[in-house]
Amino acid sequence: MGRYVLRRLLQLVPVFIGTTLIIYLLVWAIPGDPFAGKCGDRGCPPAYIAEMHEKYNLNDPLIVQYFKYLGKLLTGDFGETYAGVQVGTLIQQAYPITIKLALVALIIEGVIGLLAGILTGLRGRGFLDNLVLVSTLFLISLPVFVTGFVLQIVLGSELGIIRPTVSSNPSIGELIVPGFVLGSLSMAYVARLTRTSMMENRRADYVRTAVAKGLGSRRVVGVHLLRNSVIPVITFLGTDLGTLMGGAIVTEGVFNIRGIGGLIYKAILTKEGTTVTGIVTLLVLVYLLMNLLVDILYAVLDPRIRYD
Amino acid sequence: MRKGRLAAMVAAPLAVALIATGCGGGGSGSGEDGYITLNWAEPENPLVPGNTTEENGGFIIDALFTGLVQYRASDLKVENAVAESIESTDHQNYTIKLKPGWTFHDGTPVQAHNFVDAWNYSAYGPNGFQGASFYEQIDGYDQMQSKDPDGDGPAHAPKPAADKLSGLHVIDDNTFTVRLKSPFTIFPVLLGYSAYMPLPDSFFKDPKGFETHPIGNGPFKYESRTPNTELKVAAYDRYAGANKPQIKGATFKVYDQLDAAYQDLVSGNLDFLDAIPASALVGDKWKQDLGDRAKQKPGLLTQNLGFPIYDPKFKNPLVRKAISMSIDRKTITQQVFSGGRDPADGFATPAVDGYRPAQCGEACEFNPAKAKQLLQEAGGFPGVLTVETNADGGHNEWVQAVAANIKQNLGIETQFVPTPTFGEFRQKANAFKFSGLFRTGWKADYPNLETFLTQLYRTDASSNDYKYSNPAFDAALDRANAAPTVEAATAAYGDAEKLLGEDLPVIPLWVQPVQYGFSERIAQGEVKAYRELDLTTVRLNQ
Repeated sequence: MGRYVLRRLLQLVPVFIGTTLIIYLLVWAIPGDPFAGKCGDRGCPPAYIAEMHEKYNLNDPLIVQYFKYLGKLLTGDFGETYAGVQVGTLIQQAYPITIKLALVALIIEGVIGLLAGILTGLRGRGFLDNLVLVSTLFLISLPVFVTGFVLQIVLGSELGIIRPTVSSNPSIGELIVPGFVLGSLSMAYVARLTRTSMMENRRADYVRTAVAKGLGSRRVVGVHLLRNSVIPVITFLGTDLGTLMGGAIVTEGVFNIRGIGGLIYKAILTKEGTTVTGIVTLLVLVYLLMNLLVDILYAVLDPRIRYD
Repeated sequence: MRKGRLAAMVAAPLAVALIATGCGGGGSGSGEDGYITLNWAEPENPLVPGNTTEENGGFIIDALFTGLVQYRASDLKVENAVAESIESTDHQNYTIKLKPGWTFHDGTPVQAHNFVDAWNYSAYGPNGFQGASFYEQIDGYDQMQSKDPDGDGPAHAPKPAADKLSGLHVIDDNTFTVRLKSPFTIFPVLLGYSAYMPLPDSFFKDPKGFETHPIGNGPFKYESRTPNTELKVAAYDRYAGANKPQIKGATFKVYDQLDAAYQDLVSGNLDFLDAIPASALVGDKWKQDLGDRAKQKPGLLTQNLGFPIYDPKFKNPLVRKAISMSIDRKTITQQVFSGGRDPADGFATPAVDGYRPAQCGEACEFNPAKAKQLLQEAGGFPGVLTVETNADGGHNEWVQAVAANIKQNLGIETQFVPTPTFGEFRQKANAFKFSGLFRTGWKADYPNLETFLTQLYRTDASSNDYKYSNPAFDAALDRANAAPTVEAATAAYGDAEKLLGEDLPVIPLWVQPVQYGFSERIAQGEVKAYRELDLTTVRLNQ
């Protein structure tokens, strides 16, 4: 196991360099000078443009720029935005909020989704099963921004139960509704995945054996059935957490959550190449680590999977 | 399935959310402590006056700094602020006297050298300040700039010949003189713009430190900032101006989406919103939501379509007039903007000093029959008329509407051509590479008609993207610049504008009014035509 993890960690290095190189090249290769449109129709003074080109090494060949950037990055310097704000500060400010939101969403989708899936998977056809199937179908068919706006306007502006947007440094309580909006789609998938998987495994030989041995139903379901059924769900939740860590542009926009999604979207629009590269680099790392975590979890859940 | 069950299914996910948020309810209204909350977006530049040319930075600069003159919020009338007097006999040499008693937020006095040093620093080319061109009227500006020998390449621009404006002289602590390149009567009007603010001595010792904690001389002082989230300013108790702030401070809150800010305004979590989202303009929903807290006044923003006069197809003024007359401005402002724009009848907006109605004459009136006739007189239009815009600024819809309008009313083929980004679009404009109509707009920097004329239409002016040149127009501007009084100058600019109505280098389309809303906490407050709430005029409900 230890050697496997080490090997995976070493693999991160070339993947990291490769992805950041591609991102860097893509971001700065967008046609059009980022400073040409900076000052509106009035246009920027040439001295300003020259100064900024100098500051961001735009006069060097792209590959040289990349290595200059990477060198600074390795010392922990993410560079600064055109407005003179440290990208590191921005990330420090936004990332905890995104993580909080992602965890809230993940817990909501995990708990509600798994619970609904297990209940319907065990009971089979009936009112509850239909209810879950129809309501998940309903959630899947709704785009996130619709769920977001509906909840914001109904619960926030009309009923006054929540604030329409969250405060600058939101508490977990404030993030529950946005987290629900963000997790609603995945929640539906988790419910359906669990349900199908449970139904399939309910008739598996090992379950029959367990029941025949005279094990209590709690033990059969809790230990044998659930543990085996939950593997595809863990895969899904793992990649989903990776996605959520990358920020949720739509949900963050609707509830004005100052997270990483909005930051990166804004940076792309204003061609803040340094900000985009800095954040995406970080996200690449998060994604790689998430995948590693999921792979390790497999071995914990299924004894047949071994990495050594 | 019975009805009750269906309702239960729809309600189930909502109910879960409701139960879950039992604790998150309520929400403290913003600032019971005398602070108000305003909608804001991240500034695009460091918060230094001479380097700030866009509005979000400008809002902060205007709260933190007070210049020699200021614009009265209600009607943008020019009043002396730090200046005791601005005098000139020839309108080229000005003597500016300061009122004593003004201090910066760090306690140091505001003196003549604070203005002179700030302008010198901002105008000096190698400092690369965005607002540098605002000093170009002052004698010696050209010696402070240098040109990169190979455009934008490996070689560096040489050091400029001078690092100080030769036209500025400090006489004593409270007096300095300004010598301009040529007479410019309305120069004192310009001095309220953010580029002309004074800077404290501490700026020159540590410009980088100043960016993180700006120090001004205005009614509010910088308190704190969380990048990409909010910026706080607090009332400055030693402010020397007459318009002392009545609130304790203000929080500028960053919103990415206008819709989110609007929901906050409606529910009382935001006190001032400087623009209304399109979704709320439809059917005047915002007026129902906000009642008498929904307000509107003329703004300083124009939207035009420019002609590439450098292209032979557009040389004939009759062609330009024909195209302009074939556009139904009224219908488009109603249908595309839900009344969020007013049809233009000239080259300026009603909010500036010197505005005269109908300066564009019949050329801006919708008259398809006359338009067709004019085009015939001009010999028709060869080929396809392209209408270009940048695709990233939310302009596609109306540009397409205008293109369809021209096609329908003039009977010529038109084509909508989007350029992906504003940056590329500007590069095309700077290189004079347009082959058809192109979108353009202008925001006034100071409240005088001149701001809509010189930069845009004077021969070889920096933002004359049309290559428009009319010696009579240039001469009219020169006459206005040298007029004996500000009033006479402003009237003379009006005469110059009238000439543009004949030549039509651009098609004036519409002007954008300022539409804004207050929360119930605010009893009164004046909004400048800049879409900017004058914080010193805000009074709260008790």
